[in-house]
Amino acid sequence: MKATFNRCLASCAMLGAASTHAAPAALQSVQAQPINMVAIVMFLLFVLATLGITYWAAARTRSLDDFYTCNGGITGFQNGLALAGDYMSAAALLGVTSMIFAKGYDGFIYAISFFVAWPLLLFLFAEKIRNLGKVTIADIASYRLDQDRIRTFMSFGSLTIVCFYLVVQMVGAGQLIQLLFGLEYNYAVIGVGLLMMIYVTFGGMVATTWVQIIKAVLLLAGGTLLAILALWRFGFSFETLLTQAVASHKDGVKILAPGALVSDPLSMLSLSVGLVFGTAGLPHILMRFFTVPDAQQARKSVFIATGFIGFFFLIVAVLGLSAIVIVGQDAAFFEGGVLGGNMIGGSNMAVMHLARALGGDLFLGFLSAVAFATILAVVAGLTMAGTSAISHDLYARVLRKNTASPADEMRVSRLASVSIGVVAVALGILFKEQNIAFLVALTFGVAASVNFPILVLSIYWKGLTTRGALAGGIAGLVCAVGLVVLSPAVWVKILGFKAALFPYDYPAIVSMNVALLCTWLVSVTDRSARSRRERDAYGDQFVRAQTGIGASGAVNH
Amino acid sequence: MSHKNAYSIIGEHPLFEELVRRRRRLVVLLSAVTLVPYYLFILVAALRPDILAARVSALSSVSVGWLVGVLIILGAWLLTGLYVSRANNEFDGLTSKLVGEAAK
Repeated sequence: MKATFNRCLASCAMLGAASTHAAPAALQSVQAQPINMVAIVMFLLFVLATLGITYWAAARTRSLDDFYTCNGGITGFQNGLALAGDYMSAAALLGVTSMIFAKGYDGFIYAISFFVAWPLLLFLFAEKIRNLGKVTIADIASYRLDQDRIRTFMSFGSLTIVCFYLVVQMVGAGQLIQLLFGLEYNYAVIGVGLLMMIYVTFGGMVATTWVQIIKAVLLLAGGTLLAILALWRFGFSFETLLTQAVASHKDGVKILAPGALVSDPLSMLSLSVGLVFGTAGLPHILMRFFTVPDAQQARKSVFIATGFIGFFFLIVAVLGLSAIVIVGQDAAFFEGGVLGGNMIGGSNMAVMHLARALGGDLFLGFLSAVAFATILAVVAGLTMAGTSAISHDLYARVLRKNTASPADEMRVSRLASVSIGVVAVALGILFKEQNIAFLVALTFGVAASVNFPILVLSIYWKGLTTRGALAGGIAGLVCAVGLVVLSPAVWVKILGFKAALFPYDYPAIVSMNVALLCTWLVSVTDRSARSRRERDAYGDQFVRAQTGIGASGAVNH
Repeated sequence: MSHKNAYSIIGEHPLFEELVRRRRRLVVLLSAVTLVPYYLFILVAALRPDILAARVSALSSVSVGWLVGVLIILGAWLLTGLYVSRANNEFDGLTSKLVGEAAK
């Protein structure tokens, strides 16, 4: 059961991953599709449009504020779309539909777990982050804690997350492009790296935002259209769709109820804690709150984003179920024409085949281009987050102690985005054909155990001190990384040991609590003069968080 | 007026305490209404999957699980809408009133 569960995660995590029926490390068995001219033309149109936007954005990026945050000039609605575009990955479109196609209801549980973080982001974080920070989430923690140490630590936390997640996206992108466009893996990775570098280096946050907005609109429009075409087949009746899906699926009525995914409650809990609280610590998502003018627009943007993301996952459910009937019953989509055998192009292609079955090559081409746009928008957001951690946090604040000229900082930011691009391409090529499922667990584990605890305690707990935050953050980091190494995904599948020393792939259920506990313990026992000053400074921070007075870009009352 | 002064004046204002109390109550309530049903759902899925496998009615092939999943997504979104509307209609007004009074 555990093996099935892990394979499901792996297939969700790595969008281009090969068949869930094959051996876990079967990333290699990606077969190229016949060249689809429509896909290539639509994809080139998208690339041209985004380069045009970057050119336009570059002319509007005059100051550092423009570069990092669009100078707060994005509306709540636009930011809502951009947040959705930043979060809805190709893994959700391809991986979750395929999981529903293969396992039915388990895939839907996974989708719900991906969604639940969003209301929490609104209730706990959106307004407070907008009121307290300016460019990065490290701004918030270092509002009253030690600038140098906390900022350095948090920016390394963010960079770690960005790095892990970029590798996941790059490897997925390489495989997907190879599959859809027939372009060789290495060239595909280099192409993606170059594009994201160009967006961020020249267009900064303005270009990144609009790439994400366009992607979100394309993905939502494409998904909705496909869902309408699919539901048409079933007389727009979810009842009929489910009945026929049960009749078509080899597991029959089992697809209506939880299966292997939740057979081990603790394993499911560890996954869900990781997804929910990890999302609330992802730097590229949180930094989007700085692009709106005030807390009011920040909360509106989460409302919009939550609506679109929820809608998207409902569509994904319809697409997965429809694929069971329409793709699962059509021998043309299976290798050698054998129903129920290996799906052509790998098991993550269910939604692509559905597009072809319902809308022909034209729709398949469109959806391929959308899947690609999806990846570009996510990697651009990640690069932007990594760049600001280097140039704003490490260079301007820590290294130069606020004495760097804007021109210097801009130069460093450009250098940073190019370096991140180069590193991402190199790692993408290095990790080709590696089993990288553990990187997703690491990303969310570190986000939930380092960024999230420091952030939530610095906003809500007066007693937090620098010493406590550092101790807790380091404990969380060590624990998250250590447990992932001891987990089945690394200890068994990569290092080849027989049994995992830590039974769950997602470490957050332990590591996040270790981090919180350590932070609390070290903070309350901290009697230094600095800790007293830090506790005293909470009052002002609290008023600012609650009212927005003094927030960056806000009207100065 | 410097922020330093503004912060301590506002921080001690009764309206500020009112604002904080009302918002905190809403945030705790809404977070609980989001998380408790979700984790309950995960536990039921793990321990009593038969509950989610049951059909919503004898004639329907829709299982309770699919219905509950859709309701969790819709419900959580409506909660975000509720928060935004309370914040727009209530907390923003309180905040500007507070800032106005503190400026006197």
